[in-house]
Amino acid sequence: MTTKEIVKKYGNKRENLLQILHDVQNQNPNNYICKEAIYELSKEMDIPVSGIKGTASFYTMFSFTPRGKYIIRVCESPPCHILGAQTIFEAIESKLGIKVGETTDDGLFTLEGTSCLGICGVAPAMMINDEAYGNLNEKKICKILDQIQERERK
Amino acid sequence: MSRIVLENCGKINPEDIEEYIGADGYEALGIALEKKTPEDIIKIVKDSKLVGRGGAGFPTGLKWSFARAAKESPKYIICNADEGEPGTFKDRLIMEGDPHKILEGMALCGYAIGANTAYIYIRGEYQLSIQRLTKAIKDAEKLGLLGKNIFDTDFDFNVKIKIGAGSYVCGEETALLNSMEGLRGEPRLKPPFPAESGFLSKPTNVNNVETFANIAPIILNGFEWFKKIGTESTPGTKVYTILGHIKRPGLIEVPMGITLREIIYDYAGGMSSGKFKMAQIGGTAGDIFSSKLLDAPLEYQELQKLGHNLGSGAILIMNDIISIADFLTCCMKFFVHESCGKCSVCRIGTKQMYNAFKRLKKKEAYFDELKTIKELAEKLKLTAFCPMGQSVASPVLSALKYFGEELARGVNPDKKHEPITRENPIIRRQKIC
Repeated sequence: MTTKEIVKKYGNKRENLLQILHDVQNQNPNNYICKEAIYELSKEMDIPVSGIKGTASFYTMFSFTPRGKYIIRVCESPPCHILGAQTIFEAIESKLGIKVGETTDDGLFTLEGTSCLGICGVAPAMMINDEAYGNLNEKKICKILDQIQERERK
Repeated sequence: MSRIVLENCGKINPEDIEEYIGADGYEALGIALEKKTPEDIIKIVKDSKLVGRGGAGFPTGLKWSFARAAKESPKYIICNADEGEPGTFKDRLIMEGDPHKILEGMALCGYAIGANTAYIYIRGEYQLSIQRLTKAIKDAEKLGLLGKNIFDTDFDFNVKIKIGAGSYVCGEETALLNSMEGLRGEPRLKPPFPAESGFLSKPTNVNNVETFANIAPIILNGFEWFKKIGTESTPGTKVYTILGHIKRPGLIEVPMGITLREIIYDYAGGMSSGKFKMAQIGGTAGDIFSSKLLDAPLEYQELQKLGHNLGSGAILIMNDIISIADFLTCCMKFFVHESCGKCSVCRIGTKQMYNAFKRLKKKEAYFDELKTIKELAEKLKLTAFCPMGQSVASPVLSALKYFGEELARGVNPDKKHEPITRENPIIRRQKIC
């Protein structure tokens, strides 16, 4: 879907902006909101570019830099922290060779820290795209990442 | 032991509307539309003494009567499902386990205050909740339980879903309204309250998911039944999420007024490791309780007498391995990230607080650090623009009260502030997070 079609789907009223930004980001192969899209949205919705960027940059789920196909979001809120979220970060960082906010060279993974994901019953927890994983430890993380890498190689 | 909110969770298939109807679903709505006036509904909710379950504990019936009294139209109803408080996931499980109960509660509210359009604002991370509610709305529309002329009366009611994009402060009702209008999720000045001028400047009633889930059972069973559960001043049940170093973390629905000791040792199966040291009640913006408060009844008014707040329903239990300075550093890091930046007290205050706790953690705090922290927390409480900024003070002040001695161990009495001079201005940028 092009940006124009997305705007048409929801209507160009300002209150639909978040929904439209979600869709624009999701249909981008690199999972981000590109500059061209912002300019197009500005024209289609009659909102200044600064208005769109100012709104989008407020929310943590939107990104202005290209990201990997799989976005790993590790919870860093207190409930996960006290059960060892830091070791989860370290495990992923050493396994993929990237730091928080970075993307792997093959464009597969981006590592992000996030506020509570609402799955604290199985802390420490993380989400990879829309999939949630809980009760994590180093071994489990390696297995999950290996599986994804394997799937992508095929 | 009776459950109200979670009564159907795990018993019925949440994706099948027939099963919900089989469990007396939509009966309350039918009775209300056919036999009761909107004023009756508001009176029942008022008499039930139901208070909002989002954290602030405002009487629901009173809130509805304000929205009913508003003259302008159209009116809107918003279900606040932007559950961002760390450690809280009760709303997610209610939405996933019994979505129709929320829709029915919202329709009853719509009838009571005279609104025909409702929105559910769900946080973007809750994909399954979004799916289940979308399906529930479609199914209910098909059976004529939502949409036009419900139960062949002239009452129309439509529910739409709005999806958030990751912001903690959007849980505050006016920030949520801004976010719904496609703006930055910064809180608005009150008054005007949403009941007067809310979504698109029209009268709006905002309630939490759990509050809406209480409505249908109250209408169906009557307020006398509801008042028999819980305590005198706050009837009903409360859904808690219990987490941390305990054997059985998860979700419980218990009568108001239960104690922390009962929760840990009866429901959670005791500590999973170590000895009980502290608990944080109500999420990251909640108070920290020491073992002195194990027997205090968890209920809005009783806790207020002790100077504490019940908050959102998260109970994080920690053992003696956790250091208070480390824990608070983590809490403050969260606030630094989530402060919306509208008011400088919160934007700068959270950052300074984070730096101070980091120093305490490393045991190199200034000689007067605790005094400064206390002063700063009190200023935040008094002058921050919205309840979110004000609540930053809760964990800090309660920690100083109960764990002041432990925190004092992080102070280096010989470390003095360097005087600010022309040659040595303090503009060194501190990297944060």
